[in-house]
Amino acid sequence: MGVPLVAIGAGELDLQALTAAVCASGSGDGAIAAFSGLVRDHNQGRRVEFLVYEAYEALALRTLVRIVDEARQAWPDTRLGVHHRIGRLEIGEASIIIVAASAHRSNAFAGCRYTIERVKQIVPIWKHEHFAGGDVWLEGATADPEDEAARQTAYKIACA
Amino acid sequence: MRITIRLFARLRDLAGSGELVRDVPGPATVQSVWRVLVNEMPALSEYERTMSVAVNADYARMSATVADGDEVAFLPPVSGG
Repeated sequence: MGVPLVAIGAGELDLQALTAAVCASGSGDGAIAAFSGLVRDHNQGRRVEFLVYEAYEALALRTLVRIVDEARQAWPDTRLGVHHRIGRLEIGEASIIIVAASAHRSNAFAGCRYTIERVKQIVPIWKHEHFAGGDVWLEGATADPEDEAARQTAYKIACA
Repeated sequence: MRITIRLFARLRDLAGSGELVRDVPGPATVQSVWRVLVNEMPALSEYERTMSVAVNADYARMSATVADGDEVAFLPPVSGG
């Protein structure tokens, strides 16, 4: 069983393995772009100690697949892989890795950027931030995959 | 009919549980399941304007109909990545 292109799990993320999986079928590739999201030690003036990520796994997986499909429609020569980690993560650890392979660099960069923007918009995953002196659930976007304006925003950021 | 309710993140904390089973009179929608829940736990109502909902792990609208045995999830604004 190979490395899946889309996954959610508690194990440490492996960028090398995901890159190999994305590139497995790509002799026409001219570019690979990779993005890693890390747990940082500060947020909104608070000293962060660690994060606990929670997912509605069944829907989160489906939504990641949807995002990869959207990106494939926008940039047909681009292939994507995305792994999101859940559970407790320490400072400096990767919470998400994204790899995009394409014939051309502009599409590889765009596919990567589009994917992280859409993850933040519509994937049902939450950060529980534990900081010096307390803890708080972070809440960002109201998830609505059918919101075309949000999708356009992600697309424009990706192409900027 | 019997509905499994899934709650996540701060909604789960407010309710004290991530999974509840409730009998809801049919015919029912996501909205009527939410009403049953908020009657029981009024503190959850602050999420009414900002949450998303799902039926059987697929995004849905408040007006979607639900059937016996369905899983209905209420999701606070997301913060993945």
